[in-house]
Amino acid sequence: MNVLRLLVVGTLLHIKQISRSPFEIAITLIVPIVQATLAVYLFRAGGEQHRLLEAAVGAGVMGVWSSVLFGSGGAIQGQRWMGTLEMIMLAPRRPVLVILPITIATGLTGIYALLATLVWGRFLYGIRLDFAHPAAFVVASVVCVIALGMFGLLLAATFVLMRNANALANTLEYPVWLVSGMLVPITVLPSWTGPIAAILPTTWGARALREATSGGPVWPSVGICLGISLLCLALGGLALTHVERRARAAATLALA
Amino acid sequence: MGSDNAIEAHDLRRTYKARTGWLKPKRTEVEAVRGVTFTVGRGELFGLLGPNGAGKTTTIKMLNTLLIPTSGTARVCGFDVEKETRDVRRRIGYVFGGDRGLYDRLSALDNLRYFAELYGVAPRDQKRRIAELLELVGLSGREGERVEGYSRGMRQRLHIARGLLHSPDVLFLDEPSIGVDPVAARELRRTVSDLASTGTTVLLTTHYMAEADELCDRIAVIADGQIQALGTPAELRHRADGRRVVEVEAYGVPESAVDALRGLPGVRETAVEARGALQLLTVHSDAHVDVQGDVLRELAGIRLGRVDSREPTLEDAYVAIVSAA
Repeated sequence: MNVLRLLVVGTLLHIKQISRSPFEIAITLIVPIVQATLAVYLFRAGGEQHRLLEAAVGAGVMGVWSSVLFGSGGAIQGQRWMGTLEMIMLAPRRPVLVILPITIATGLTGIYALLATLVWGRFLYGIRLDFAHPAAFVVASVVCVIALGMFGLLLAATFVLMRNANALANTLEYPVWLVSGMLVPITVLPSWTGPIAAILPTTWGARALREATSGGPVWPSVGICLGISLLCLALGGLALTHVERRARAAATLALA
Repeated sequence: MGSDNAIEAHDLRRTYKARTGWLKPKRTEVEAVRGVTFTVGRGELFGLLGPNGAGKTTTIKMLNTLLIPTSGTARVCGFDVEKETRDVRRRIGYVFGGDRGLYDRLSALDNLRYFAELYGVAPRDQKRRIAELLELVGLSGREGERVEGYSRGMRQRLHIARGLLHSPDVLFLDEPSIGVDPVAARELRRTVSDLASTGTTVLLTTHYMAEADELCDRIAVIADGQIQALGTPAELRHRADGRRVVEVEAYGVPESAVDALRGLPGVRETAVEARGALQLLTVHSDAHVDVQGDVLRELAGIRLGRVDSREPTLEDAYVAIVSAA
């Protein structure tokens, strides 16, 4: 009960903190428009007018991923700059309970990117929001956000250890977009990317959303996505305990 | 070491390792703390006094579990800081000086609520405890405002409230009055003194002599990563016995003149402190040697202000200890 309360209070606080950043507000307003535009023109150029909604959903997932990636990395780095990383890690709690609310908060703020991309797609480009499985789409969206939050936790373990976490975050954005098939089908990518794609929760989240949009077996993808995300939670929890000790030994919790 | 001690540090050492460059990585090592040993009794207000870079913050961070000592051991409330981390954390509060360490875009109340949750304050007690602490630090009525609009003094008071949320047995205060105006600093000292009088053990680091003198039961002077002197303020003051101090306000003193002062017979130490356009020269000498005339002769041709010869204070004792390090 106490753990759940801590997670809820922590998540709400971090959402509040993130949503009051002028930089974050600007990014969340502009990026979905850019991504909806990109998706629409790419698919129009490819002569696939009938798949515009799928394209908009893919672009929206890209927004959620960017939010989680930069949120997890940026939040840890931001906390380091604010001097709060030491203060929260000093709490007599398991590190996973301290960091998880941050990554869930970034996932939840990321869902705005998904919704905004769809809304802009509707208003700017007239994309009809005809989902094959509307209820499954809602479930898949929630699972996708949870999965990305858990994946973010695993990444956050690295970010706690690295003073220049932003450098890692920057290099991970585009490869994961591509490999997970958020915009381009995985089938057109080289075969060696297949195994990487298969273990990324982003791949299964994006697939579940695509299937809910254009038709297909949504639930297996949702199940695999959830399974991988739980694995990420377990690994992230273990990694954070290890990393917290390493960070105390290497003195990377503070800036100097 | 007895069980009456809230803090026990034995031969603590900490080395920082850094690596710069990719192709030809350059590794550097800095030994910030070099064998620090001391104990702090339960309910004692203990000061760790030293210049910037002396190793005060590193020592405090090893004791509050934020850093793992390179070697040596430390126990807080009987628990090992390296191996029984969570037991130590439940019993300590940590407050540091400066603007950082708070969620600026949130209100003081949000900050306190979150940290109350993190530090395991029972939900039914949180509201009462937060109200008590806001009252204690004088922020009642301002708790709904965003922290980014707070003055440095208000932030510092919020830091203290945050550090006390879970009623810690031991409070670590790392330069809490840095950058705080004199009135706020006085308030801060009163709060710290009140805490100690209610049985909280306080370990305070500072480089303000007056603060340590006014508050601390005992003081350890740390310089160059080692404890150079340890005792009550009165005991430390005796370190300057047998000395006399000449203070001269001057403008534009060249380094060569300061060197010349150091060479005068009977002079033990000299220090120059820049205060805007003014320089304050402090010359320590043997008590039986009157060096004032010689000092003024060496400074001939330089524009001078006030000249004073006086008995040494605790600050002079501190300067003597640190200079000898």
